[in-house]
Amino acid sequence: MVAAGDEGARAAIEAVYRVESRRVLATLVRLLGDLELAEEALHEGFAAALARWPAEGVPASPRAWLVSAGRFRALDALRSRARLDARSGELARRIEARAAEASGGAVEPDELPDDRLRLVFTCCHPALTPDAQVALTLREVCGLATEEIARAFLAAPPAIAQRIVRAKAKIRDARIPYEVPSRAELPERLAAVLGVVYLVFNEGYSASSGDDVTRPDLTGEAIRLGRLLAQLLPEPEVLGVLALMLLHESRRAARTGPGGELVLLEAQDRSRWDRALVGEGAALVERALRSRRFGPYTLQAAIAAVHAEAASAAETDWAQIVGLYDVLLRVEPSPVVELNRAVAVAMRDGPERGLALVDALLARGELRGYHLAHAARADLLRRLGRAAEAREAYARALALARQGPERRFLERRLRELA
Amino acid sequence: MKYLCLIYDDEKKMDAMTKGDAEAFMGEYFAFTESIRKSGHYVAGEALQPVQTATTLRTRNGRLSTTDGPFAETKEQLGGFYLVEARDLNEAIQVAQRIPSVKTGSVEVRPVMNYEQG
Repeated sequence: MVAAGDEGARAAIEAVYRVESRRVLATLVRLLGDLELAEEALHEGFAAALARWPAEGVPASPRAWLVSAGRFRALDALRSRARLDARSGELARRIEARAAEASGGAVEPDELPDDRLRLVFTCCHPALTPDAQVALTLREVCGLATEEIARAFLAAPPAIAQRIVRAKAKIRDARIPYEVPSRAELPERLAAVLGVVYLVFNEGYSASSGDDVTRPDLTGEAIRLGRLLAQLLPEPEVLGVLALMLLHESRRAARTGPGGELVLLEAQDRSRWDRALVGEGAALVERALRSRRFGPYTLQAAIAAVHAEAASAAETDWAQIVGLYDVLLRVEPSPVVELNRAVAVAMRDGPERGLALVDALLARGELRGYHLAHAARADLLRRLGRAAEAREAYARALALARQGPERRFLERRLRELA
Repeated sequence: MKYLCLIYDDEKKMDAMTKGDAEAFMGEYFAFTESIRKSGHYVAGEALQPVQTATTLRTRNGRLSTTDGPFAETKEQLGGFYLVEARDLNEAIQVAQRIPSVKTGSVEVRPVMNYEQG
């Protein structure tokens, strides 16, 4: 124990909360088997720390201390409630049995680095709706407040709160367990987890509506989550999704101009790309590709890496990018991937070839309501000098776009063509 | 904990099966039932007669209305169920995903209410 004054202890508790609260929560969830109870216990643990650390000093292992204190107080509360209702008594007995099962009730959180991983898999269980998975993961694993999640998704806090309450009720009532899935189940379950991580990142990187291009708080959370997963479960696609996020993130500063306007990849000042993130992302891509068990995230990251390593848009290895899109289409066919491939073909073989592909895609119908399909078509027409048609396509894209900076970009293009 | 696995299939597709295919499908069901009896998950299970044999009852303002079949025209119909005992939802999913109709129709897994533990 390190003796500390009131102020020192308070600062230490705040620091411990920032760094350790999620790990403490995850371990408490495993020990108590109930998310709500674990949150109460986390609260109790920190309340106990506030009462005792100023006098007794900060313990050598604050996390273990918090887990023990939280668990003890939660059990105590359950036992006193047990006099009033049977369910609390039953819960307390179950928890004690569980503790006895796991090495005589000893609590040593350092031996259990996978508690947060269990919690991630619970929060991203496919039996929960995707919206609920995202909200619950941000709340429980990342520790964001309900208000922060609501702000990030431009939703009303009560709506987010209700989403979280419903998800927790389903976890309890349908008994969704806290466990890392078995090898056989891992691919499907991991896909759900990575889907949540990338959805959070995308909402931050390319906010679907509102005035800013990016919301760095969300991209930061997604990358933190990706790093945690890569550390705990270094599967190829986990590395792939982290690489993809880092490579996108490396371009963030260059994606907007001084007035907050959108700057497209080909016009970005590449000296403003974050080289450290590019290096880290590219190394992860290589590791994932070497495994030969990679999937769509790794392939998208490989495409991003080719862009990141090119000195300019013109010097980009477009043939390699088209080739990677071909593989991606085989792994995961999607009209959006086809659109991106068409743009790469235009860069490799000229706008005429790209336009033919985009026109064929639009004729199929799936992308007719997608503003970027019309924006891509408009850009190809503009490069071909077909101004009237380009204007028409930009106008169509503008009618479908919802994000402020994207709208301003399209309006600027329209003015330039007038 | 008990989970009810509700089995939905397209009866038209089932009726259109050749005799050989239908027998093979039934064989899969027998094998599945046998395997979950052995593993201890089985509590109960039945197949239902087709939906045109169904009768739907409603009492409104004290008057009973009796009609044939379920009202909604759905593509898949409730065709049977298993009641299984499982540790948690993941175990229930592991059991239920082996129900033969998962490949042809769909299976809904519902936890059974336990009033004793609230």
